[in-house]
Amino acid sequence: MPKRTPLFESHRAMGAKLVDFGGWEMPLHYGSQIDEHHAVRKHAGMFDVSHMRAVEIEGVDAARFLRQLLANNIDKLVTPGRALYSCMLNAAAGVIDDLIVYYLTPTHFRLVVNAGTADKDIAWMRTQCEGFEIEITPRMDVAMVAVQGPEARRAVCAHLPEAALPAMLPFNSVTHGKYFIACTGYTGEDGFEIMLPAADADAFWQAMHAVGVKPCGLGARDTLRLESGMNLYGQDMNETTTPLESGLAWTVEMKSARDFIGKAALLANAQKMQLRGLVLKAPGVLRAHQRVVTASGFGEITSGSFAPTLNASIAFARIPAAVAVGDVVHAEVRGKALECKVVALPFIRRGQILV
Amino acid sequence: MSIPSELKYTESHEWIRTEADGTLTIGITHHAQDALGDLVFIELPEVGRTLDAKEACVVLESVKAASDAYAPVAGEVIAVNASLADTPESLNSAPYEAWLFKLKPAAGASTAELLDAAGYAASIGAG
Repeated sequence: MPKRTPLFESHRAMGAKLVDFGGWEMPLHYGSQIDEHHAVRKHAGMFDVSHMRAVEIEGVDAARFLRQLLANNIDKLVTPGRALYSCMLNAAAGVIDDLIVYYLTPTHFRLVVNAGTADKDIAWMRTQCEGFEIEITPRMDVAMVAVQGPEARRAVCAHLPEAALPAMLPFNSVTHGKYFIACTGYTGEDGFEIMLPAADADAFWQAMHAVGVKPCGLGARDTLRLESGMNLYGQDMNETTTPLESGLAWTVEMKSARDFIGKAALLANAQKMQLRGLVLKAPGVLRAHQRVVTASGFGEITSGSFAPTLNASIAFARIPAAVAVGDVVHAEVRGKALECKVVALPFIRRGQILV
Repeated sequence: MSIPSELKYTESHEWIRTEADGTLTIGITHHAQDALGDLVFIELPEVGRTLDAKEACVVLESVKAASDAYAPVAGEVIAVNASLADTPESLNSAPYEAWLFKLKPAAGASTAELLDAAGYAASIGAG
């Protein structure tokens, strides 16, 4: 029996095509995933992300625990409400998961982790918490909705006029009554991710729909994140790849004296591979696991699709570190070697094409 | 879900129209385009290519994945719908108008074994 979010009946009523996603019955699209993609780039769309898991980390040692648990440094979170993207590594510096950590109070942090890895993540945290006075509490009572796009802020602010949202900067959050609202997302556009009681989810969803926010499924979520250069766990990185070879060096804080799980392994091993963007220069569509041939050796596409905003196929590829941005490489697509240009990520940010 | 009664069908979700001159026009069904999702790139066979029955000859790339379409009977490709290069989405919006290719059946090839509309409806559980 697949798991269902508090918004399941709303999705069905709105005509969603439902698919299994990591054990959850989730909307793939509500008609056309390309239309949904464009709605988020040009106007506003909303995604049910209730399958993701919020985990509370509370106690006098919460900060000390997270300093050691996460590859990014929570000391960057100087004021309550600030948020940080980080990987959680194993001792070999493989990525157990990527997550967002919110700083609520000096003794209370909130993590949001991926759906498919949530149980594994929590089990790992529990094995690492010996000697720390903390409590780890998964939240099973909340729904999460992402409202994204250039018109998303206006829509959410109109619904919650008293909340301190109009001037909120990215990677900040605020608790407003029953709502926890963060200026974060997975689309490269402005917008919010909103955590709220499961019982209130449908009313919020309908209110957003009533002001023109388009319901969007996992299909559009994938092409939006791909254009925006955002990794997908399990596809672009996993427990056998380090953040450095996954385009996530910017999320690993190595400058301070702080030790964290995986740091020694990162220092001990030279980086041989890198994650870069590819733009296909021929007709066709790049897909995950296609081989990439470069002048410095082979690589592999980790995520690939058609990019509706670019009207071309794009991909992330793990390729030898010696390959430079601007180089031409070839992807093996259904028996043909197709020319691709290597580009820096992201492809698009805030609606602007960068490649 | 629409399944025009004047067409023939395959279990691999092609529709087949027999023209007055005996040639066949082939496309994909409404059910197929719905399952594939938004189509973004179509790779068509070369005109003049000789196909066996059930031979893969068209690549249908949707946003989601790549799939094949197959020759319903043996024959020679006599035309392809070149307009799909610019408007692959017409397969989604008008699946029974946006054809893929035309086939001149090989000697002895027959459409008699293909499904009729009721048979196709049954094969997709829509009967």
